[in-house]
Amino acid sequence: MALDKIGIAKRIAQELHDGWYVNLGIGIPTLVANYVPEGMQVEFQSENGILGMGPFPFDGEEDADLINAGKQTVTLLDGASLFDSAMSFAMIRGQHVQLTVLGAMEVAENGDIANWKIPGKMVKGMGGAMDLVASAENIIVAMMHTNKRGESKILKKCSLPLTGVGCVKKIVTNLAVLEVVPEGFKLIERAPGVSVEEIQNATEGTLIVEGEIPEMKID
Amino acid sequence: MINKVINNVQEALEGVEDGMTFMLGGFGLCGIPENSIAELVRRKVKNLTCISNNAGVDDFGLGLLLHQRQIKKMISSYVGENDEFERQMLSGELEVELIPQGTLAERCRAAGAGIPAFFTPAGYGTEVAEGKETREFDGKMYVLEKAFKPDFAFVKAWKGDTAGNLIFKGTARNFNPMMAMAGKITVAEVEELVPAGELDPNQIHVPGIFVQRIFEGKDYEKRIEQRTVRPKN
Repeated sequence: MALDKIGIAKRIAQELHDGWYVNLGIGIPTLVANYVPEGMQVEFQSENGILGMGPFPFDGEEDADLINAGKQTVTLLDGASLFDSAMSFAMIRGQHVQLTVLGAMEVAENGDIANWKIPGKMVKGMGGAMDLVASAENIIVAMMHTNKRGESKILKKCSLPLTGVGCVKKIVTNLAVLEVVPEGFKLIERAPGVSVEEIQNATEGTLIVEGEIPEMKID
Repeated sequence: MINKVINNVQEALEGVEDGMTFMLGGFGLCGIPENSIAELVRRKVKNLTCISNNAGVDDFGLGLLLHQRQIKKMISSYVGENDEFERQMLSGELEVELIPQGTLAERCRAAGAGIPAFFTPAGYGTEVAEGKETREFDGKMYVLEKAFKPDFAFVKAWKGDTAGNLIFKGTARNFNPMMAMAGKITVAEVEELVPAGELDPNQIHVPGIFVQRIFEGKDYEKRIEQRTVRPKN
């Protein structure tokens, strides 16, 4: 069965490493913070100026002066620090943040990503996404494999305005874990019960299938 | 000590005119100069270029200026929370320059730091880089981005003193410090204004040299955009 958003977040949480500073984008990526493996120390960076971001506050304890990049009220963990936006993006551009997880409307087999604009229809802006994808060493994209009309979002070439070029390394969708390699999208894992054929049918870009493809292990 | 105190918001905004370029601090509705925005609405100055990370929501923050059609051009990184903004932009009434958030922050910082332009990797290969100089350093491509030149910067701090020193709280700091550096005239509104000497010099976030006018703001609403909580056990 295809994963839901929580399943995608749980699978991405398996990519975390002890001692990493991690920036989570809005939407599915934000959920990853709930599934950090036991005993692992990671710190979440929010580009509006937090390192060491904690969970949502208890009801009644929310503070208008303490929000995450999605404008949600949050808390600080012990050891947290606060800073301005220039400092925040110095951390990001300077590659001090080890992992960026973000959503996408489209990804292409050359590692291009599009997630900020649909010409003539929707313009929200790139926020910090262009800075993040241009600099992060590790970028994982969290997304649905297809759009609401069933069309693939895993493409040969992006049709929407780009957020970054040749930057995506790994993609976790509701159907599969993919790695971007020079030849295309390499299939690493299948969602539980999802066949290689189903993934193939949902992928417009070049899918590389080598040997037996294991199922994701999701608790 | 040079006294930067201005009596009220009306005097603090002396000199603002139609067609000027303003910077306004804040991320979402967090740390926005609520009093200065209200005064800009009251003065009805128009044809403004506003540099601010976001554009407020329909009925608060910069949304109030949009509602009165006072803004000619917005320079922001993310404008997703404002339907009126999206409508004016898609219909062509409002000119919009969307730029990466880190580039926005650095173009503010550079403006105040005497750096005319800098190279950043953000936006290379995208429409953000169109028409801009690009250059390779150590095998990676970068885009040349220029410092802003604002007439006024409007910032908001938690505490300030009569010398113009500022201290921020939580994530309300965001773009305020580098916008304070950038303004030809920087107007700082604070929740609490204290005499010089009361703030610990070790804790100052923005030194008073960057602030031309400071006043204690009134009636802060500090609206929360996304109230997210967990239940108490």
